[in-house]
Amino acid sequence: MQAIRLSAYTLTSALGSGLDAHLAALRQQRGGIVKKRWETVDFDVCIGEVAGLDDVLLRPALQRYDCRNNRLAQLALEQDGFVASVQAAVARHGAGRVGVFLGSSTSGILSSEQAYRQRDAQTGALPPGHRYRETHNAYSVADFVRQFFALSGPACVVSTACSSSAKVFGTAQRMLAAGLIDAAIVGGVDTLCLTTIYGFSSLQLVSPNPCRPFDSERDGISVGEGAAYALLERGDLAQPGDILCTGIGESSDAYHMSSPHPQGLGARAAMEQALRMAGLQAADIGYINLHGTATPSNDAAEGAAVLSLFGQQTPCSSTKGHTGHTLGAAGGIEAVFSVLALREGLLPGGVGTRQVDAQLPCNYLLQTREQPLQHVLSNSFGFGGSNCSLVFSRVNA
Amino acid sequence: MSTVTVYLQGLSVLGPGMPDWSAAQPCLLGQQAHMAAAVVLPPAQALPATERRRVGAAVKLSMAVGLAAVADAAADAAQLPNIFSSTGGDCENCHSLLDVLASDERLISPTRFHNSVHNAPAGYWGIATGCTAASTSLCAYDATFAAGLLECATQALSGAQSCLLVSFDTAYPEPLYAQRPIPYPMGVGMVLSPQASAASKARLQLALSQEPATTMQDAGLEQLRLSIPSARSLPLLQLLASGQPGRVVIDYLDDCRLAIEVAA
Repeated sequence: MQAIRLSAYTLTSALGSGLDAHLAALRQQRGGIVKKRWETVDFDVCIGEVAGLDDVLLRPALQRYDCRNNRLAQLALEQDGFVASVQAAVARHGAGRVGVFLGSSTSGILSSEQAYRQRDAQTGALPPGHRYRETHNAYSVADFVRQFFALSGPACVVSTACSSSAKVFGTAQRMLAAGLIDAAIVGGVDTLCLTTIYGFSSLQLVSPNPCRPFDSERDGISVGEGAAYALLERGDLAQPGDILCTGIGESSDAYHMSSPHPQGLGARAAMEQALRMAGLQAADIGYINLHGTATPSNDAAEGAAVLSLFGQQTPCSSTKGHTGHTLGAAGGIEAVFSVLALREGLLPGGVGTRQVDAQLPCNYLLQTREQPLQHVLSNSFGFGGSNCSLVFSRVNA
Repeated sequence: MSTVTVYLQGLSVLGPGMPDWSAAQPCLLGQQAHMAAAVVLPPAQALPATERRRVGAAVKLSMAVGLAAVADAAADAAQLPNIFSSTGGDCENCHSLLDVLASDERLISPTRFHNSVHNAPAGYWGIATGCTAASTSLCAYDATFAAGLLECATQALSGAQSCLLVSFDTAYPEPLYAQRPIPYPMGVGMVLSPQASAASKARLQLALSQEPATTMQDAGLEQLRLSIPSARSLPLLQLLASGQPGRVVIDYLDDCRLAIEVAA
């Protein structure tokens, strides 16, 4: 494929807002998952919560979009000079030539969860202030970001559960290749809500403690929230030191709605396709950012797929021990973690994992390591058997 | 202006007064009065029995439309990358979860939870057809059809292989219905190929446009066009039904529409 350049990127999670907070946390191997009471959840739950969302004020002209998810969307946009980078791209290409492709799983559904608790006792009607279109609907966050920058190009939300914001790189790459756009804002935004906390609990997939990816005693995820963005442009003008997305692999398990294929066949197909698109061999990959949710079956399937394709040598880890599982934002957040790893020559040691599962003899990093990297792979797999792997590469001098 | 050229290999529709494509054509052409009758959704026979009884309107609708488009193209569903575009996914399931989460017990069903993901219909499609190719599920509020068409066309070109579009919308029950009134479920399916073949029904050239959207002359069809996101496709379906070359503009986003040039 024609490589695409990441002209700018940023992320916000339980580790903090912006790249510096995340780099510091990776170097210190510090996690952001805490056990607490959240909203009206009637049990203590380990979550990766973004600080300060209750205090975020949306721009006055965009007040109708006000909800936790769009507050996080705006907070994350305002880090690392990302707004200025987008504005410069809009000036270069025109507002109609910049696309917005974002991933989200639950969008602003928390607003509807709260509104359902306030239904009129007589009529059952939702409270008058509730705005479905601008908060709960899955498109809401892309609409918000498109309005934020006054863009008039193509836009959509990809909502394929936990692969959503990895797959948006594919949507953007295809739109760029077709010549419909010259730049794209991609990424993902997902926030805590009752649907996911109670939902994953109902499936017995939530750990009572901060999650422990690839650990022999792993017992489930920690739900997190976060946002990440990248500004993508065609890669033909890339300069030394730039980061390119060079491979995108997408597949479906066609197996089960909430369990991965036990041997990770779909995961393996996505990784193989990403490598093929990038023109690389497995041995060229210096680090794998695993999906690594810390459920027994997810990690077993992913581990089997990684071992079958890469063997036992390729360094890998999951950063979900740092952030929790940010669901629809995870693909975007972990894409930016992968970019940071490439840029800084930093291989993140996992957080939460003490004893790597002997059944999964991958080279899972328990200590952060500094080492130059050329190519990294990031995995994202979701409910419904939706798989996406991305390859990022550093342009040499 | 950049254009994207693809070839229509298969087409299907299921909506009010449009039980299938052959029944829809005379209505679209004004040869027969269009009556917006209730939509009958067939059971998802392609699914294993355990899954079949768990699925609601969104899965039944999307599967019926997808299978009909694949059959019309004489294609193999297992080989087609696919795009599922919908404004709300499985809205009945979402309402049910919200209702339980607003109750004191909050005992939500694990099946309802995994069916709540926007890509659940696409997941069931994979289980039913055995298709392991790429599958992308989209939401673009009222732009269900145009967003899906663009994604499907660019995917077909990038992958150099035919790709399936399933554009479908269902409604929430009250109280969300009041905020998002979608009067009937409706779905449109298309198989798009990057290359012309003997089986191609039409060539479609897509371009972004600022022109106003083409409207439907029939008041009832125009009402449907405006009230069901997938029905924003009706001007294109009307042109395709005529079998004539021509050009329509369909609604996409507020300030960005999709111009489609249709040729034999």
